[in-house]
Amino acid sequence: MEWEVVIGLEIHAQLSTASKMFSGASTEFGAVPNAQACAVDIALPGVLPVANSGAVERALRFGLAVNGNNADNISRRSIFARKNYFYPDLPKGYQISQYELPVINGGTISIVLKDGQKTIHLTRAHLEEDAGKSLHEDFHGMSGIDLNRAGTPLLEIVSEPDMRSAEEAVAYAKAVHSLVRWIDICDGNMQEGSFRCDANVSVRRPGEPLGTRREIKNLNSFRFLQQAIDYEAKWQIETLQDGGTIHQATVLFDPDSGETRAMRSKEDAHDYRYFPDPDLLPLVVTEEWIERVKGGLLELPQAKRERYARDYGLSVYDAGLLTQSRETTVYFEDMVGQLGTEAAKVCANWVSGDLAAALNRDNLDIAQSPVPSAQLAGLVARIRDNTLSGKMAREVFDAMWRGEAASADELIEKKGLKQISDSGALEAIVDQVIAANPKSVEEYRAGKEKAFNALVGQAMKATRGKGNPAQINEILKKKLAG
Amino acid sequence: MINASLKELSAALAAKNISSVELTRIYLERIERLNGELNAFITVDPGKSLALAGQADARIARGEHAPLTGIPVAHKDIYCTKGWLTTCGSRMLANFESPYDAHVIGRFGAAGAVILGKTNMDEFAMGSSNETSFYGPVKNPWDRAFVPGGSSGGSACAVAARLAPAATATDTGGSIRQPAALTGITGLKPTYGVVSRYGMIAFASSLDQGGPMGKSAEDVAMLLDVMAGFDPRDSTSLEREGEDYTRDLDRPWEGASAGRPLQGLRIGVPKEHFGEGLSSDVGRAIEAALAQFEELGAKRVAISLPNSGLSVPAYYVIAPAEASSNLSRFDGVRYGYRAPEYRDLLDMYCKTRSQGFGAEVKRRILIGTYVLSHGYYDAYYLKAQRVRRLIAQDFVEAFKKCDVVMGPTSPTVAFRIGAKTSDPVQMYLSDIYTIPANLAGLPGMSVPCGFGENELPVGLHIGGNYFSEARMLAVAHHYQRATDWHRRAPAGVL
Repeated sequence: MEWEVVIGLEIHAQLSTASKMFSGASTEFGAVPNAQACAVDIALPGVLPVANSGAVERALRFGLAVNGNNADNISRRSIFARKNYFYPDLPKGYQISQYELPVINGGTISIVLKDGQKTIHLTRAHLEEDAGKSLHEDFHGMSGIDLNRAGTPLLEIVSEPDMRSAEEAVAYAKAVHSLVRWIDICDGNMQEGSFRCDANVSVRRPGEPLGTRREIKNLNSFRFLQQAIDYEAKWQIETLQDGGTIHQATVLFDPDSGETRAMRSKEDAHDYRYFPDPDLLPLVVTEEWIERVKGGLLELPQAKRERYARDYGLSVYDAGLLTQSRETTVYFEDMVGQLGTEAAKVCANWVSGDLAAALNRDNLDIAQSPVPSAQLAGLVARIRDNTLSGKMAREVFDAMWRGEAASADELIEKKGLKQISDSGALEAIVDQVIAANPKSVEEYRAGKEKAFNALVGQAMKATRGKGNPAQINEILKKKLAG
Repeated sequence: MINASLKELSAALAAKNISSVELTRIYLERIERLNGELNAFITVDPGKSLALAGQADARIARGEHAPLTGIPVAHKDIYCTKGWLTTCGSRMLANFESPYDAHVIGRFGAAGAVILGKTNMDEFAMGSSNETSFYGPVKNPWDRAFVPGGSSGGSACAVAARLAPAATATDTGGSIRQPAALTGITGLKPTYGVVSRYGMIAFASSLDQGGPMGKSAEDVAMLLDVMAGFDPRDSTSLEREGEDYTRDLDRPWEGASAGRPLQGLRIGVPKEHFGEGLSSDVGRAIEAALAQFEELGAKRVAISLPNSGLSVPAYYVIAPAEASSNLSRFDGVRYGYRAPEYRDLLDMYCKTRSQGFGAEVKRRILIGTYVLSHGYYDAYYLKAQRVRRLIAQDFVEAFKKCDVVMGPTSPTVAFRIGAKTSDPVQMYLSDIYTIPANLAGLPGMSVPCGFGENELPVGLHIGGNYFSEARMLAVAHHYQRATDWHRRAPAGVL
């Protein structure tokens, strides 16, 4: 029997402000423990929070970006609430978050799958502060508390249960990851915890109401997200097939065993006693503020995808690959700017093909590419004017990647890689090949196509690979027909 | 000297008739002599105080003094004070030396005032008699068998017993006004947001407001000049033009003459504040005060605050709710008290908070936790917030008919130490006339207006509209020019 997996994600994106959500302390990663915790962060008696308008502005940017630049999903008045619980790395004994009235209500993220696009709906996005960290390695038999992260601004982005597979969940998480970096509200660094996912997973028979969900907490890589959901869905299906029932629970994913295990059940869930924080006034967002944020917003991924398809004739899939990060589109658009719209398709192939593969191999961001966009444009220009064959172009690209020259032209010169497209020279070579291989000529004339390829091979060999293959083909055909 | 007004002290210091060091010594000696019995101060540090006094004298010598430069001021131990113990009257913070100054402390420091010491208070400002302090009850200087009121009982006692020329205090449900009334001094709770709460240890954030205590309305106006003002560190602090609260003290009411300076003033007298529960001695003193105001030209207007009967129950939902969350930070992890022995984290929390907090604080944390719990929130917290809006609306209606509202500050004069400790509800009712101003965010003050049972002082409550502190102070000042209740001092301390 068939099962349907239903997934919704809660993503915590750390907002890229210089100071914290409610204090002036720095948010820089990696400082000595507690060096970046001020009086407000350590919750001394008498201290008070003041909301960081930079964090609010980033939330607004996100709200506009997931709603086609339309502000109807932005609350003009939202409320900071206290979520009360005791934990040593939560200095106030409560986390300031948003509960009943979040700053962003709704929006969509469109994801590109192999078989087309899908729209994922957002429930909400709200501002909150992060907790500190408990360090359980040995401190003379005690645990240590590092409050550097305490108070760091987060945007919690909550999706509807719109995803039906781990692949869709990963595609969605990647799209959000790309977007938050695109609009420059989060550095997306998953190792440092700047972008973390919680996955709500349930299973059901298609068409039936939603099953009971379990929430997998704190997944900090796309691979873990995939593995955790796959494991969890399989476990739930097996449990149900064995006649068991699923109980609502919070679970943790263990990357070593690849398994999820329950952390706490609904029965011992906290009563967080949410109530509006009386230290903070309602967060009021004016029309002027929204207009100002709108004015600063860049062309968004979806709009770019549509433009690439329309103006450059790229497929949705190709356009989707190019728009996974803003840096990639900057690189690609630089190339097209230099070479013209007609070159867009071949530029796209190079950016998503050889360049992406090389970046991936060396674990680099496109902004760190050893071959900058101008160099790759220079290379593509030589392909387009037939100076280089595809094979030669790859050789040139690899040499530029290794830093052997600053331009394709320099390398072509240095290595003598220039493709021979001089028809006079090629005709002479073809004549020699025909004369030296009478047997092959005979076979070709007798109808054996393979013999033709052998002759082309001989001609290429004679040019030491530099002959323009298309031209050699043409000349050979003409001569043999004659 | 100890009965001099702040204006007189300021003039004497400026004229170098007395130095700040000499003045501070006078008070330190009085504290040394009387505090053992009165228990008004938790912390006194003569070395630190005299050093500040020396700096003030140097400033006066340079001619750079402000009105309060060199004047010793006692601070309620709820204000974080850098380098001083700041205990909030609790075992939980008995060892807490603040690494920073509250906004109010910083303002007095900038004005050149001298920190005379930190005054006793009900634990975390929860109490109306100063009996919940970890440091023991404060005595009423008029009769030491009686309470001084609370929670700012230490500050009130210090001013009344002339252990300090002036003091700071805070008011969540009446904690400035009720002890001011019970000790025969003048105290003002400003409009919510006028005085920054930064560094003032929170009890109930939406109700807490700092304010001054002094011997007269004029002294209180001078203190408020220093305390009031916008502070970007407090999101609920109001961004408005600075005000000079002393400027118009002597000015007669609009259109009035110097002979009848309050001609045209409409005094709203709420019938709800003169009914059951008001003791007759207090009622008589208030009646006499109102008659005095009529002689000054004012007119009485009967008004009604129909929802004021709901103010105590609403307050005892909202204030504990906020307190239960505000006091969560006292967990033994980073500062303050930690139980000496515990098995694990949960045990550490339980023992630390069981041992560190007193009974009244624990009672309110429990009430607050309960009313915020899932399933009870709507019935208690949300309903109390609706009541709160109704109470504020009552005042909007009232101020259409009158300029100020007057009535008793507290239903009785000071009661005996121990008389109400076993009956929290009776204790809570002590603030029945002061709580509505906190719920509505309105300013209120108490001025001495006579004596009642056991020769103990009675306070008149003057309520005003938002930001009408200057007018309220002028009204009180005209009354004090015509009367001498505020000049009376308890015999036992002179």
